[in-house]
Amino acid sequence: MTSFSVNGRPVTVDVDPDTPLLWVLRDELKLTGTKFGCGIAQCGACTVHLDGLPRRSCVTPIASVEGGKVTTIEGISGKEADAVTRAWIAIDVPQCGYCQSGQIMTAVSLLSEIPKPTDADIDGAMAGNVCRCATYVRIRAAIHRAAESLGA
Amino acid sequence: MRRLSKLEQSLLVAQFFSRRDFLRTAGAAGAGLIVSVKLGGLAFAQRSGAASVIQGAEGQATIDATGFVKVSSDNTVTVMVKHLEMGQGPYTGIATLVAEELDAHWSQMRAQGAPANTELYKNLAFGIQGTGGSTAIANSYEQMRKAGATARAMLVAAAAEEWGVPAAEIDVRKGVVRHRPSAKQASFGQLAERAARMTAPKEVKLKDPQQFTLIGTNVPKLDSPEKSTGNAIYTIDVQRPEALTVLVAHPPRFGGKAVSVDDAQARAVRGVVDVKVIPQGVAVYAKSFWPAAKAREALKITWDESGTEMRSTAQLLAQYRAHAEQPQVAATNRGNAQTAMQKAVRKYEAEYVFPYLAHAPMEPLDCAIELDNGACQAWFGSQLQTVDQGAIAKVMEMPPEKVAIGTLLAGGSFGRRAQPAGDLAAEAAAALKALGRDASIKLVWTREDDTRGGRYRPFTLHRMRGGLDKSGNIVAWDQTIVSQSIIKGSPFEMMMKDGIDPTMVEGASDLPYGIANLRVSAHAMEVAVPVLWWRSVGHTHTGYATETFIDELLVAAGKDPVQGRLALLKSAPRHAGVLKAVASLAQWKGAKVGLGRARGVAVHKSFDTYVAQIAEVSVGKDGLPKVEHVWCAVDCGVAVNPEVIKAQMEGGIGFGLGAILFDEITLDQGRVVQANFNNYRMLRIDEMPKVDVTVIRSAEKPTGVGEPGVPPIGPAVANAWRVLTGKSVRHLPFNRTTV
Repeated sequence: MTSFSVNGRPVTVDVDPDTPLLWVLRDELKLTGTKFGCGIAQCGACTVHLDGLPRRSCVTPIASVEGGKVTTIEGISGKEADAVTRAWIAIDVPQCGYCQSGQIMTAVSLLSEIPKPTDADIDGAMAGNVCRCATYVRIRAAIHRAAESLGA
Repeated sequence: MRRLSKLEQSLLVAQFFSRRDFLRTAGAAGAGLIVSVKLGGLAFAQRSGAASVIQGAEGQATIDATGFVKVSSDNTVTVMVKHLEMGQGPYTGIATLVAEELDAHWSQMRAQGAPANTELYKNLAFGIQGTGGSTAIANSYEQMRKAGATARAMLVAAAAEEWGVPAAEIDVRKGVVRHRPSAKQASFGQLAERAARMTAPKEVKLKDPQQFTLIGTNVPKLDSPEKSTGNAIYTIDVQRPEALTVLVAHPPRFGGKAVSVDDAQARAVRGVVDVKVIPQGVAVYAKSFWPAAKAREALKITWDESGTEMRSTAQLLAQYRAHAEQPQVAATNRGNAQTAMQKAVRKYEAEYVFPYLAHAPMEPLDCAIELDNGACQAWFGSQLQTVDQGAIAKVMEMPPEKVAIGTLLAGGSFGRRAQPAGDLAAEAAAALKALGRDASIKLVWTREDDTRGGRYRPFTLHRMRGGLDKSGNIVAWDQTIVSQSIIKGSPFEMMMKDGIDPTMVEGASDLPYGIANLRVSAHAMEVAVPVLWWRSVGHTHTGYATETFIDELLVAAGKDPVQGRLALLKSAPRHAGVLKAVASLAQWKGAKVGLGRARGVAVHKSFDTYVAQIAEVSVGKDGLPKVEHVWCAVDCGVAVNPEVIKAQMEGGIGFGLGAILFDEITLDQGRVVQANFNNYRMLRIDEMPKVDVTVIRSAEKPTGVGEPGVPPIGPAVANAWRVLTGKSVRHLPFNRTTV
């Protein structure tokens, strides 16, 4: 049994301790916004926040999450999250959209750390999130737009 | 995929679905209400939001004039989109076509993937239901406008009846139906119920393009909100009661078969329900993904590898080279290339090698399917619904009308999900059937399954020979392409022309340059590695080979790459148009720009869309090209949504760039070496250039944009790299030859 919180709600799950957080979220808790892309922390589609920091849930054993606070795309909130989501929609960032939950989770973390990121800051922070549709031009633009809206 | 002629369409359907019962399916299904059959059964309401934001509310459809348009009493208009939304924007583009003629307000528009129903939802370019060849807008342009105009006429007729006024006195504007003399007005929702009882007009008049208010504008994409909040539902997200997750252990070599399996350890994994040998390998059934994955690792399988592909990439290459020197079948032969080559003053020869490439969509292949009382229902990102429906029916030994497919969003495809033999659907059906009972399963491929699962862009070799006369004019062009046929042995085989698979030579056999003596020949190799169309298909290699070779010949003759091309494009005005536009956008003043940078240009037509790109390149830290900036001009006829077109160009550039820099699938004695994103790597954001796109204003009929952004980027970068470093990269990817 592992107990932790997801999006502010306490949960307890009974799965093997090596089960990745990703599959607990998706299969046990039915929170399917967090995506499976590679299973080896190479693409970032599975990015969630664990105790406020971005984490690749596909390689995070559930045993290591005991007592932790997990936030997923479904539960993300706050001014950075609102600004990022609005910018993503305004610029029509997504194409297939499958990686975008992970992109947004990382982008929100970036803006929490660096409110006015440069292109280099963005490239540095977002390089772990693969978008096969290569929506990168719009991801950069949307992060700048979100940053501007936060500064206003 | 190229478009099929009417004859080919009927042959295709007849050949692949020869059973009478298939052809009956469409008729039996009838028009209209088929759209809601079973789709409503899928638990989309798994989140608190209930009805999807993209989709209109279920069960409220009261007008369904054409099988495409549902106007609901809640005032939403839902378009049943016959094309798979895999990122290229058909939900938005096709809804725009409907909304334009319906005179709807964009905010009331919704889109939903149409279920499998060939008669209603066939691609008019293919004759079967499917998405590919950048045909979504091209084949739908008139059909979807007519659907919108039909629904509009029915709403007007309903208003006329309700108000007792002549229809001619009624206007529709931005979703409001209004009687001019009395100023009475109503929303679509208020009229929907009555409109559903009206008779659809046989003929409708479409707008003059001058009257367009939505086509040509950047309406917001319908799927952006759901995809920006984690609410979009892909196949992998489907939740069905009691459903089992299935992973299949596939043979390590193409063509292998499981002979026996020791599954004792696998069955001991908590959550594992069953293990079955199926034609595709060994299926593990579990209550969730992780136990299935662990159990699959624990299987001990004996494979029959007789007749499997055992060659390595180096052996294949040697055999391809030998075949390149043998007599070939000519796809194009004008003038006399051989004689002209002999007479040429300066002669150039080059060999190009293009690796196998995996599509690597972010969502690996998956399919949810269930058997319930003799009927089968599947939900997945089906890209060739007609084929997949037939494949499932064949495995399940049931008539196709017993097989329903709900089409879901796909997390990318790039061709991966358009499988000519319905491989994935057949595998899911085989896993379901093996249980021998009514059940619900979700087949999930891992990244490793996808990377090693075949269906690659074919391994291809080009031998190019070109000759110049003493004035530097190109007088001879002789190109030989050795590749593997995508369509041979598939239901699409009748697309073969004079023994040549057109997907091997497209983009080369129709070289636009005015060269008097031109021969393009082809030779198809037999390899047991399954191949497939990969975003822009043959153009992925022909565009690279032709656009780098012409550049080398022009530069050898002392000509500017842009001016030199323009001089050869006198009878190709749309090629010339995009080339001039991109030169203007980039302020082209030659390939050399100094400051450690150089520029390269390429122009290529694919799927009837013309694209020219200029890439500005420096040498990156890792010794690979760092692409700083790309300028792009695209002519796709009428631009339905310029921002979507720009986004497709941006994405196509990133997709094509990653492939030429990094990607190859190689074989070691028949086994695929690469497995995941660590050794088959994708372009990342820090490698993505700045991109500027200009969309040519045009009144020509619209053509596709999903693929045509891809072919020019490789040669544009290679041409810049040659100027910068003196090196011609002809054996891709770059990182095998430059690092």
